[in-house]
Amino acid sequence: MNEPLTIALWVVFPYLCLLLFVGGHVWRYRYDNFGWTSRSSQLHESKLLRWASPLFHFGILVVIAGHVIGLGIPNTWTGALGISADVYHTVAVTSGWIAGTATVVGLAMLIYRRRTTGAVFYETTPMDKFMYVVLGTVIALGMWSLMATTFDWNNHYDYREGVSIWFRGLFFLDLRPELMTLAPLNMQLHALAGFAIFALWPFTRLVHVFSAPVWYIFRPYVVYRSRKDQLGSRATKRGWDRVGTRR
Amino acid sequence: MRVMAQMAMVMNLDKCIGCHTCSVTCKQAWTNRTGTEYVWFNNVETRPGQGYPRTYEDQERWEGGWKLNKGGRLSLKAGGRLKNLLTIFSSPKMPALSDYYEPWTYDYENLTAAPLQEHTPVARPKSMATGEDTKVRWSANWDDDLGGSPELAQHDPILKKVSEKVTLEFDKTFMFYLPRICEHCLNPSCAASCPSGAIYKRAEDGIVLVDQDKCRGWRKCITGCPYKKVYFNHKTGKAEKCTFCFPRIEVGIPTVCAETCVGRLRYIGLVLYDADKVLEAASIEDEHELLNAQRSVFLDPHDPAVVAASEEAGIPHDWIEGAQRSPVWRLIHDYEVALPLHPEYRTMPMVWYIPPLSPVVDVVAETGEDAEDSGNLFAAIEALRIPIEYLAELFTAGDPKPVDAVLRRLAAMRSYMRDINLGREGNPDIPAAVGMTETEMKGMFRLLALAKYDERYVIPPAHTENAHNLEELATECSLDFDGGPGMGGDGPFGAGSGPQTPLAVENMREQTQRQTDSGVYNDDTGKPRRVNLLLWDGDGAPQGLFPSDGIEDPEVGKRR
Ligand code: HEM
Ligand code: SF4
Ligand code: SF4
Repeated sequence: MNEPLTIALWVVFPYLCLLLFVGGHVWRYRYDNFGWTSRSSQLHESKLLRWASPLFHFGILVVIAGHVIGLGIPNTWTGALGISADVYHTVAVTSGWIAGTATVVGLAMLIYRRRTTGAVFYETTPMDKFMYVVLGTVIALGMWSLMATTFDWNNHYDYREGVSIWFRGLFFLDLRPELMTLAPLNMQLHALAGFAIFALWPFTRLVHVFSAPVWYIFRPYVVYRSRKDQLGSRATKRGWDRVGTRR
Repeated sequence: MRVMAQMAMVMNLDKCIGCHTCSVTCKQAWTNRTGTEYVWFNNVETRPGQGYPRTYEDQERWEGGWKLNKGGRLSLKAGGRLKNLLTIFSSPKMPALSDYYEPWTYDYENLTAAPLQEHTPVARPKSMATGEDTKVRWSANWDDDLGGSPELAQHDPILKKVSEKVTLEFDKTFMFYLPRICEHCLNPSCAASCPSGAIYKRAEDGIVLVDQDKCRGWRKCITGCPYKKVYFNHKTGKAEKCTFCFPRIEVGIPTVCAETCVGRLRYIGLVLYDADKVLEAASIEDEHELLNAQRSVFLDPHDPAVVAASEEAGIPHDWIEGAQRSPVWRLIHDYEVALPLHPEYRTMPMVWYIPPLSPVVDVVAETGEDAEDSGNLFAAIEALRIPIEYLAELFTAGDPKPVDAVLRRLAAMRSYMRDINLGREGNPDIPAAVGMTETEMKGMFRLLALAKYDERYVIPPAHTENAHNLEELATECSLDFDGGPGMGGDGPFGAGSGPQTPLAVENMREQTQRQTDSGVYNDDTGKPRRVNLLLWDGDGAPQGLFPSDGIEDPEVGKRR
């Protein structure tokens, strides 16, 4: 049953992507802290961003939380808590629709804004464009999977008994690639694209996610620092995007 | 008492001629890069005028700085920490590029590359934000010298406050320039709004800096600063701000803006303050009391108790001496003529201003009366409520009394010194009328009118165990002294030869020492540098001309 292609797609590829994800972040953090930023474009455009960015971000954060629950928590656990599969399904699908729609609308607005605002487009790097293509694909495939689950196009396929077990297995070295061969096409593609964006992640602006400044809540307002660990007289690091004059 | 030292500046507005030299030299030094085209760490605005970015002083609109919340506690005007985080995805009150201005260049190439044609080719303006053709509509000083008034000046938020009480119609009689840099506040709201904690205040000298490696581009500091002196580099996606030229200050020389100021109106020096009192002083409810509260935070460097506490706090001895000689301290405390810009923002700004007397003098002179007579000037200060109220909105949260007092002192100095300059006896009644002695008055005159470089800039250099690691001390070309063959930075093998000079700042004392030193210029850094044949005394081989014993210095040729 475990043909080479199955192994390649559902074992080798995910691990490669995770390796790039982890290694890439370590590398980038060490060598390109200067490039580690959200690269906000609000200076150029606010009106669309004011709606698009919160829609997209709150949407995607709920979506990510949903994935953590759906993929991370075995259905036996939720069952033990007395949450029936039906209830779980309803809650998951409803919140999935709300968050998914917000994400899609937000993303569409973001991309529209990026393309039509001259200054924002001017500042868009090739990597940004590539990232948007992959991110857009992941989200589109995710919405397809959501529809398939909602309208039952998948013949009662329960991803929590397939995809989720395969996914968790990757982290516990309990490799179950055959489970993915049984998954419907929409989920297969969504999973592959999802891992692809993991591989891309450290090399895009998406690194900003890992700097989410939650500890701001707890720190004193004004930060004092001694000159000793100043940065002004330090050598330039590799991977540093030089700021020169254009043309 | 927790003593801290703060590098501060005072600008004497009467002397500003609005030449923008400070802005231009600052820009050349710091912000002539892609991403910062629109950024002026130093800008000079004409008042009345909208300022840069436009109407930045309207805090009801931009929500910069601090406010007192219902419980009387200090909180960010834009909202508390949680709100700050929740609005991170799109900052609610961030000025757009158009509020600064859209930077542009000209299509100069067209002038030489255009084909033969009937009309002279033109260099069209090109936006540096989009690369497209653009119309030039606004700039950092579009309303310079009241250009475009009254249509433009009427949007000045300060003017609006004043003219609620008095009707407008004084752009003819009243104008001055306001040069602005970052205030390096004691209670910086930019740092407080930074979710990443990337903006910090240096413990040694109070300079507020953005750590470029820690900034994540959340752009909240831009809203946080009421003076709008943090800027977003749209190329790198990081915040940048005035650095108080810290690499220069560290080696004891003034900021670029001060060094190049044509009017010689900037003073730089230390003040000592009690860090434990800052929060309390910034939280005083009555806005008119904020000026005094801020003054009360300062510590008198001549007070033995303060000196003892400073030494205990690890402030080096020459810094305490520097604080005692500080022109900033003298102008703020001894003569009480310097005032903070917008104390009502509660950030405790550390660039203070001597308000201009010239609007008053001009009015008196226009009437044909003697504009150097203290009686006439005092009467005019009484009568000219509009300029005074305007200045009060800038410097004292609207309280005219301190502005009055300063202007009277300046007026008194003017007429008192006139007698002396004309060879007459000074009239002791004049200083007495403003609560000063004759000696004080002469001292103030000396500081305001004559002070030389060393008196205007009292900057004790930074202390480190190994000062020569500071780049500015160790990377001079040895031929690069005034009048020397290397003058201008070109090495013996042409421009750019020799080791890299990361920051081309001259150290004056080092240079003076080199020029007056009779021996071989001996560098104890162990770092490679060129030979100074001009200062070679002819004894033996000049140091560094030949490799020592064939053992290559491992540092040679390495990029530093
Ligand atoms: C919780 C953490 C996050 C924070 C604090 C955050 C914050 C930000 C900020 C401040 C911007 C700049 C918006 C602007 O001013 O132009 C931004 C942009 C962006 N973020 Fe996030 N983000 C987070 C999570 C995420 C996640 C999970 C994703 C996607 C997987 C994401 C994708 C993006 C994208 C694609 C942009 C670019 C939007 C544009 O086209 O301008 N972010 N984020
Ligand atoms: S003036 Fe300078 S130190 Fe003060 S809040 Fe603004 S940027 Fe920060
Ligand atoms: S260089 Fe001096 S005189 Fe000229 S604009 Fe700047 S502060 Fe005013």
